[in-house]
Amino acid sequence: MTTSSDRAESRAAAPPDIEKDLRTFLEVRTKNPIGPDDDLAAAGVSSLFVMELVTYMESTYGIVIAGPDLMMENFRTVRAMVALVERLAATGPGGPG
Amino acid sequence: MMAPTSYGEPVTRDQEVRPLAVLGAGVMGAGITALLLGHRRPVVLVDTDASRLDRVRAEVSRHLRLARLMGALPREGADGELVTSTAPDAMAGAAAVIEAVTEETAAKAKALSDAAAATAPGTPLVSNTSSIPIDELARGMGRPEDLVGVHFMNPPYLIATVEVVQGPRTAPAAMAAVRGLLADLGRRAVVVGDGPGFVTSRILHRMINDAARIVAEGRASAEDVDTLLQDCLGHRTGPLRTADLIGLDNLVDSLRVLHERTGDDGCRPCDLLLDKVRAGDLGRKSGRGFYDYLEARP
Repeated sequence: MTTSSDRAESRAAAPPDIEKDLRTFLEVRTKNPIGPDDDLAAAGVSSLFVMELVTYMESTYGIVIAGPDLMMENFRTVRAMVALVERLAATGPGGPG
Repeated sequence: MMAPTSYGEPVTRDQEVRPLAVLGAGVMGAGITALLLGHRRPVVLVDTDASRLDRVRAEVSRHLRLARLMGALPREGADGELVTSTAPDAMAGAAAVIEAVTEETAAKAKALSDAAAATAPGTPLVSNTSSIPIDELARGMGRPEDLVGVHFMNPPYLIATVEVVQGPRTAPAAMAAVRGLLADLGRRAVVVGDGPGFVTSRILHRMINDAARIVAEGRASAEDVDTLLQDCLGHRTGPLRTADLIGLDNLVDSLRVLHERTGDDGCRPCDLLLDKVRAGDLGRKSGRGFYDYLEARP
């Protein structure tokens, strides 16, 4: 299935690749350099844009961001987003294990 | 789920579990639906345009996710169930009806008449009009005593305060029911008197029209107008960003309502607004208005 193979790819991707990928996405859209610990709200990233990021991250890394994970805190910095992706990609929709 | 009683009706089948009906699946209808579903209320969403109903589910679920992201809706429990229909009959049995169709008197009067015909007497009928006097809408319909104005701002789940309008014929029972509903939805109601544009649109729409005129005159850019209003006068988003959020077509409709009823030339929709609407630049919902919205494009 497409989703499971996507997930397999995302598991294979090393964290620096996710970080680089997210920074590129943000830099193209905000037209500003974005460091891994930069506060995105201060860089002018709106909540509507964060929703777009959620959609991008779900489709690119084969994860589902829902429930308690869907909070602004998880999207405050690139580093926080990488941690979220790693955690969700490790557990997957089948639950922990 | 409660077991049926010996009378055959589940004891929980009260106001709480009866669906709320929303009429109109446009920008406000979708946002209001998300607010209701997110507060665990089942919703029947009615629109005469089937293709709009096809698109609205995805839109409502986007709203729900954005609302959760912003911490604007309860996190515990499951969202209410959404049923869509093109038939006004689907409103039968609703605990209340919230009308959010186009800001035109005839369209709203027709929708409210359908709602009055489809529901039991005493069912609160709410109009989300931003400008049309409630008593004008009440005039042509059955049960004018059940009609209450509730002007939700956009997006309804992020702006907790609502402007509530009591028309001269609105019954105290309807007011009480609507106040109760709004409290359940975590909204703060500010009740005001009836009249064109009530309080918010009478002030805001005229100001937006003037802001657009200033841009058309070349005196300042949209960004600069908004920056001055935000940073010098404390407006949260600036009038032109607000206009894009409202939708410029809706804004023009509302300005016409105000102009026709007040004769105030400041409310005559200015050429720049009319040009943008003709060009299909309706604001956020179309991807462009006074600003570009990359994220809103399909």
